[in-house]
Amino acid sequence: MEWLYEFPSMNGASLRALKKAIDEGFRSFTRAYGEYFELFFEPLKHFLIASEDFMTETPWPVILIIIAFIAWLASRDLRIVIGSVVTLLLIGYFDMWEDTMKTISMIFVCTVLAIFIGIPIGIIMSRSDRVQAVVNPILDIMQTMPSFVYLIPVVMLLGIGKVPGLIAVVIYAIPPIIRLTNLGIRLVDKDVLEAADAFGSSNWQRLKNVQMPLALPTIMAGINQTIMMALAMVVVASMIGVQGLGQPVLRAITNQYFTLGVFNGLAIVGIAIIFDRTSQAFGKRLQKHQEVIHG
Amino acid sequence: MVDSKTSPGISVRNLYKIFGKNPEQYVDMVKEGMTKTELNEQYGHVLGLKDINIEMPAGGIQVVMGLSGSGKSTLIRHINRLIDPTAGEVIVGDADVCKMSAGQLREFRRHETAMVFQKFALLPHRTVLDNAVYGLEVQGVSRAEQIERAQRWIDRVGLTGFERSYPNQLSGGMQQRVGLARALTNDAPILLMDEAFSALDPLIRMDMQSVLLDLQKEIRKTVVFITHDLDEALRLGDKIAILRDGEIVQQGTGQDIVLNPADDYISNFVKEVNRGRVILVETIMKPLSGDPEGMGIVTGTTLEEAAKTMTDANTAMAHVTDAGGKPVGSLDIHDVIAAMVTPVAHEEAIAAE
Ligand SMILES: Nc1ncnc2c1ncn2[C@@H]1O[C@H](COP(=O)(O)OP(=O)(O)OP(=O)(O)O)[C@@H](O)[C@H]1O
Ligand SMILES: [Mg+2]
Repeated sequence: MEWLYEFPSMNGASLRALKKAIDEGFRSFTRAYGEYFELFFEPLKHFLIASEDFMTETPWPVILIIIAFIAWLASRDLRIVIGSVVTLLLIGYFDMWEDTMKTISMIFVCTVLAIFIGIPIGIIMSRSDRVQAVVNPILDIMQTMPSFVYLIPVVMLLGIGKVPGLIAVVIYAIPPIIRLTNLGIRLVDKDVLEAADAFGSSNWQRLKNVQMPLALPTIMAGINQTIMMALAMVVVASMIGVQGLGQPVLRAITNQYFTLGVFNGLAIVGIAIIFDRTSQAFGKRLQKHQEVIHG
Repeated sequence: MVDSKTSPGISVRNLYKIFGKNPEQYVDMVKEGMTKTELNEQYGHVLGLKDINIEMPAGGIQVVMGLSGSGKSTLIRHINRLIDPTAGEVIVGDADVCKMSAGQLREFRRHETAMVFQKFALLPHRTVLDNAVYGLEVQGVSRAEQIERAQRWIDRVGLTGFERSYPNQLSGGMQQRVGLARALTNDAPILLMDEAFSALDPLIRMDMQSVLLDLQKEIRKTVVFITHDLDEALRLGDKIAILRDGEIVQQGTGQDIVLNPADDYISNFVKEVNRGRVILVETIMKPLSGDPEGMGIVTGTTLEEAAKTMTDANTAMAHVTDAGGKPVGSLDIHDVIAAMVTPVAHEEAIAAE
């Protein structure tokens, strides 16, 4: 009866061999191609560094004005602008300006990357049920996989540093953009599409003039979620060398610095709220003309 | 391709449309006489159109009528192939729309047709002006020309001043007129109008009917016009076809249909119509006996107009002349009034033939 209490698992030796074989395989792959990957991601590194330099080396009042201006353009809501400025001033007052700028720069680059990769995938997905059937389960896995697991292959391939961190964050945060682009396009009113067809729109004109503009509020919701997920991943990614607000949090955990942890945690919450409110207000503005007022 | 200078005629031949998973499988059964209800109950497919044959006059207005669900929208969508037929053909000019490649179809839709939709189908994120220019934009016309051409029609449908408004800021009738302006701006030889005036109030509706008729005097487009309103059908239609459950029950001129309704379904339709505006003097005139009496009234005049001229002139008798002025029959005011008010029952109408 012993087998009832002990799960009949694969025997230890073969399991070890299996894991070892996979690891070895991946390692030799890394040894063979790691360099090319690094080369491939070189432009990304420059982009990342340029963005970070800009954020940290520009005088803080200028940055403050730029952020306030962007918040205004997107939301047209003075409360959101004031809220953003006050939050940033507090962050600066508690000496977390530099780390915050690094984090914002990271989130910015991540979001740009996620948009450039995610939206085309979402578009392709929306055009074919078969592609959707393949991509959806992959996205499910990506979203349920513990975020730490992403770090391992990325580090093996590219080592520790900004770029591997960036890639891990993008992988973790990209699913909502893909999903909601797909959904947004699929939900576009069939009657309007029919009208676009009746006037002889090409596929591109249909996408550009009808599908994308009408899906944009939904896509914006996806971008918003992606930003939030990227922020959540920032602390995890700091384990492999991403600088910014994550690192002090990590230090606080290992050394039990309670206040340091809370302050930096709150700074992350602060910029999360800024991003969230601004992008949501922008999404709302995009939606303005799509609400049906008359029947 | 069709010559865009003169509007082409449209002929729909043996057209069948079945909605469902395997429409081809059931075409033969339908051809052999299966009804819409049987097809739906036994096989779960919907019979949209059955054996439709219409010759739509080039440069004329073809009206399609029928109750809700009779297949009018389905039929009009076949003409620019928004719906592919299950069997049959749609010939425009000398091109078979069903055989066009994707590229040819796109060109055909851009340059030969324009459509007004029953549910408006405006682009909600674009202003009235940007909706109106859509067809031209797709064709690649310069922005300045787009605006100039669109503005003319925006003015003509009475939306001046609303160019910068968004569809959701307009009433239903205004939205419908945006749809109208969008189609007219395209200036295509074929105009497909699916209940294009149904959301308009009676005054604007009359005005839009005049717009269409004026347009027909200038440039003779081939218009396919769907409506529920028989008075509208009679005012606009050079030819009228009446659909029921996806089949054509009668087609002909307005007068044909009012005077000789093919069955009770159509009798019901025409019962309430203003006959004085439909029936023409030559239809009820008596053969000339002796010299032509009273004033001359030219053929093609409606009874209503004839009655008015005769009472104005205070004569009880008149004679009908052809276009050249030659007398062809005689007309008694009593007959005129009798024909205007007596709703001829279906049986009598048949007996009168
Ligand atoms: N895509 C579709 N799938 C299944 N059935 C359809 C489809 N489109 C139309 N039908 C059916 O075809 C028939 C005709 O519909 P259609 O829209 O052409 O009617 P209509 O004459 O335009 O009515 P209305 O006056 O209400 O606009 C209806 O029975 C409808 O249920
Ligand atoms: Mg309809």
